[in-house]
This record gives sequence, structure tokens and C-alpha cells, in this order.
Amino acid sequence: MDRFVGIPVLPLDDWIQRFVDGFVASYRPFFQLLRLPIEYLLQSVAQGLISLPPVVVIVVLAALAAWRVGLRFGIFVALATFTMGWLGLWNESMTSISVVATAVCFAALIGIPAGILVAEFAGAWRVAKPVLDVLQTTPSFVYLVPVVMLFGIGTVPGTIATVVFATPPLIKLTYLGLAGVSSEAVEAGVAFGSTRLQLLLHVKLPLALKAIEAGLNQTIMLSIVMSTIAAMIGAEGLGLTVLRGIARLDIGMATTGGISLILLALIFDGIMQGRPRRRSDVVGFFRRLQRRVLVAS
Amino acid sequence: MSDARTNVEVVRVDHVSKVFGPAESKIRKQMKIGGNLEQALTTENAAAALREVSLVVEKGEIFAIMGLSGSGKSTLVRCVNGLISPTSGQIWIEGTAICGASARVMRMLRQRRMAMVFQNFALLPHMSVGENVAFGLMLRGESTDARRIRVDEVLELVGLADWRDRRIDELSGGMKQRIGLARALATNPDILIMDEPFSALDPLIRSSLQDELLRLQQELKKTILFVTHDFEEAIRLGNRILIMKDGQSVQVGTPAQLIRQPADAYVQAFTAHADRLAFLTMDALIEAFPCSPDDSREQEPGASVLHLAPHTPMVDVLAGLQDHGYVATTCTRSGRPRLFPSRQVVQFVGGLYTAQRSR
Repeated sequence: MDRFVGIPVLPLDDWIQRFVDGFVASYRPFFQLLRLPIEYLLQSVAQGLISLPPVVVIVVLAALAAWRVGLRFGIFVALATFTMGWLGLWNESMTSISVVATAVCFAALIGIPAGILVAEFAGAWRVAKPVLDVLQTTPSFVYLVPVVMLFGIGTVPGTIATVVFATPPLIKLTYLGLAGVSSEAVEAGVAFGSTRLQLLLHVKLPLALKAIEAGLNQTIMLSIVMSTIAAMIGAEGLGLTVLRGIARLDIGMATTGGISLILLALIFDGIMQGRPRRRSDVVGFFRRLQRRVLVAS
Repeated sequence: MSDARTNVEVVRVDHVSKVFGPAESKIRKQMKIGGNLEQALTTENAAAALREVSLVVEKGEIFAIMGLSGSGKSTLVRCVNGLISPTSGQIWIEGTAICGASARVMRMLRQRRMAMVFQNFALLPHMSVGENVAFGLMLRGESTDARRIRVDEVLELVGLADWRDRRIDELSGGMKQRIGLARALATNPDILIMDEPFSALDPLIRSSLQDELLRLQQELKKTILFVTHDFEEAIRLGNRILIMKDGQSVQVGTPAQLIRQPADAYVQAFTAHADRLAFLTMDALIEAFPCSPDDSREQEPGASVLHLAPHTPMVDVLAGLQDHGYVATTCTRSGRPRLFPSRQVVQFVGGLYTAQRSR
């Protein structure tokens, strides 16, 4: 047995292995149940995007972008999605889009209500803050460990890891948005006789909307980052293309994957911002993405 | 009791104290078993925002609460509508005790009996002007049609009828506070709580809104708790004024009483520089000389009578006095006609200045 300064090394790894073996075996049905909704949404979106003729997908996405943001961004989306297919990565790109979209859906479903709960109940924030801080400072790579233990490997566990990674900032920003509503506005709500629910719906949430939107934007960026890293546990998509390229020292393959990922990120960011892109926005976006990637890895 | 007051009690505040911070719960317990506030504060080493303040506000009066920042005036009015719950003491709104009242009772009171106007307007930027005005009506579940009719009524009242569908950020500061006032009036409350409503406005806008409030008050006759740090605003608007210092009540009185008989040097410091002629009105004269039987005595034949509105400033009264033997006016709230010999008016004004000199 290995020794450290004369004493045997702590066999923590064995203990955890034994605990997990027992734990996962006895709760397998529960974790399978957790997978179900994510698996369902992911497969519907992915199959939809892949089975449709690429031209239809390109036109629909471009139209959506043109309607939501503006004509120029619509043209950009058309060119970007076309390029992804032209580089021979159409299926991978569509899988990536569906992973990110699914992850963002579930992150929003969990993160916004959780943020509201934390903000509404006194003392909850004091418990939640250290937990969220730990979650946010944990390197993305480490998230893969419990996910693999509990859910195995593949695209669905990859999406689950993405949800777990992308939710904390949304909880935090939802809370900060609600806590930052001016005390006079809250007093006005109470002084005119609102119930707690009315206060939340008519005063607090509308005034916190900007912060919540910022949280959603972060969630999207983090989902793109994490869905790439999740390739290490076998999640399909553009991340896997990059990973394979690196593993085989196929720089060309890794680069085309990387280009497609950046185009994908630009599309999501643009749709989320919901306003016409300016040059400075694109530059700012790259800075943000760079920061995200640095923090995440 | 002078005839400007109606004698119907609307708000009664009885020995209300408020301590903020961790010491509050201990002091609350001590006060519940009949403890002494000052003693409790000393043993807990705590400071109180309000110390045993008691007052009665009567129906139809503007009750000004005046004090510098940190004097507890905002805390006091927030206790009245329950935004802050007092550490000890009790408050009655039209006979309902509100300290310890259920959330339902408080909601009913806030939806129907009282409304609040805020220093920084506290309008909701995500709603239109009309939606802001309808806010209280929406909260108590009134139909869209009923809301619309009422919103148009109150917008008319504050002179912004054409602004219903505008956004809040299109309004100037003065307009925003008119909307704040319209929102408070929309639910047709008996009691208006106004927390430094004009402090954030430019001097010109402030004085025009003060006029506006006096005009509306003549028409609507609400009971108004008006918080201000500006003594001149207090004597201009208030039928009675409460002066506060360090969470305590220093003096309650009509503007004329405060000017003629300041309770201590602190009150004197405010009254000394107040422009008596500009800020005291015919109403102050009515306060100073309550209705008496000989008031209806025959006027001297041939003497002319100067007819003035009750809120005419004394300076204008004096200016018109020399050609007239009598001044006639109508009491703001009782609506009774009053007649003063010019001599009496001059005496009254003189009295205002002798009080100042004797100190």
C-alpha cells in the first residue's frame, strides 16, 4: 500500500466507489426517472432538426432571427447555419443546438423559480449563497464526475451536466434582481394593499426582469461551454468533433468544429439579446465568451 | 376647539415607539409587561426611532409632521399604514386597532381606507400612466371598465387627462407626483399619507403643487398626514403641525400657535425665520379667533367689507386692508362665514411679531 509521511494513504476513493455502487444500484429507478423529461425534449428537438431538410431549418431559423432581432441578423443566421452544413458538420451542429436549447429550457424551469423562492423566504439566501458560490467556482470538468456516477455516459447525461452547470448564475441573478427592486416600489405595492403574490407578479418580477434576462443570457453562454466539455462523457455534437480532432491530432477537424461552435454561440447570443447587432456588440460578445471559457476551464 | 377642526377622530396614535435592529424583540417583550422605554433602551444599549409618540388626527385636517432627517417622521407615518410595525403602543384607524391586526384587515384598510404618496414617487415604470393610477383599483379586483372610468376622473382632477396612455418616463418630476397623487386618490381613501411628497421637486413646481393640494383639499376634504422637513411648507399646508425631534414629539399646534407660543428653543429656531406674512393665511386668523357668539354682531354702518378666500396669505390681507373696515372669509372646513374687524387683523399680525421679539 502507498504511504505518505509514514502513514497509509487514506482510501477515500475506495469508500466512495463502494458508496456509489450501493447508492446508484438502489436508486437507479429514481435517476432514470429524472432523465426522462430531459431525454424526451432533447430527442424531439434533435430528431426534428436532423430529419427536416437543412434548407427548411436554415430558412426557419433565419426568419426567426430576422423577426426577433432584425434583417441583418437574419441574414447572418442564414449564412452561419449554411456554413455549418457546408463544413460537413450539419448533424453535429443540430445536435449541439438541441442540447443547448434543452439545457437552457430546464435551467430556466429550475433557476427562475428557485431564485424567486430564495428571494421570497427570509434566511433562504444565507443558505443558498454559499452553495451557489461553490457551484459557480467548481471547474466545469468536475461536474462530470457525479453526473457519470449517477446517470452514466452519453448525450443525455451530458445535457444534465449542462443544466447543473448553467443553472446557478440564473438563480443568483433572479435573486439579485428581486432583492434589488427599490424599497419604495415594494412599499408602494404593500401600501396599496397587494397580497404577497400580487406584489411579486405586479411589482417585483417586472422590475427584476432585466436582471433575469441577464441571467438567462449567462445560462445560454454557459450551456454552450458545458455542452462542449460534455463531449468527454460522450455527449454528441460539435464538442465531440473538436475532442476527436484533438485526440487524433487532426487540427483541421478540431478547427472546423471550433468555428461551428463560435457561429452557434453567436446565433444564441444574438437571439437572446433581441436587438440589432452592432460591431461593438460582436466584439463584446467575444470578450464575454473568452472570459467564460477561461473561468470554466 | 376652533372651527377649522371637526372633532371627529380618524387616526389615534397612542404611545408608539419603534426600535430597529436586534434589540427590538427584547424591548418589545419588556414593554409588553409594562416596562419603561427609556430604561429598556439603556439596558439594551439601543436607540429608538420613535419614543412614545401620541397624537390624534381629526377628520378633514391636514396634519403636518415636521422634523429634520432622522427625527422619526417617516417611521411614524409608516407605522400608521403598517409598513412598519411599532415595537410598542397602539394605533387606531377609524376605530380599528391595527397593531397586531391580521394581514387581511390590513389589506382591506390599505385598499379602501388609506393611500400613500411617496417622496420619490414610487411609480412603476413598466406600467403606463393609466395603469399606475389604476394600481390600487387593480389590486382590489375592480373591473377594467370601472378602473377606466375612475382613472379618467382622477386624471382630470390632477390636470393630466391627456396623459393616460403615456409612459412614466415621459413625465417631468412635477407630473410624476401629480400621478402619484392621482394613484392615491383613485381608491377614494379617507386618509392620505404623504411622505415628503414635494421634497424632490424644484421650488417653483413645489409651490404650484402645494397650491394644487390646497385646492384639491378644499374640494375633497381628506384627512391628510403630511410629512415634511420644510417648516414653511408645514405652516403653509398644515392645519396643525407636529414638530418632531429625535423620535419624540416636541409640540403640536396650529401654525399660529407654533409661531405665537413656541414650546421651546428648538421650535423657536424654526419659527424665528418663517415669513409670517407669506405663510400664515386667513385660516390662521380663524384658528386664532375661534367662532364666538358676538361674531355675528352688527357691523358698523358704512364700513366696507373685503371678501377674501380662506387661504389668502396675510401679506395680501394687509395690502387690501387699509380701504376696508372689515375682512370677510369662509372657514375652509366648516364652511361658515366669518367676519373680522380690520383692527383685529392688525392686532393678530402684530402679535406674531411680538412673540418673535420677546424671545
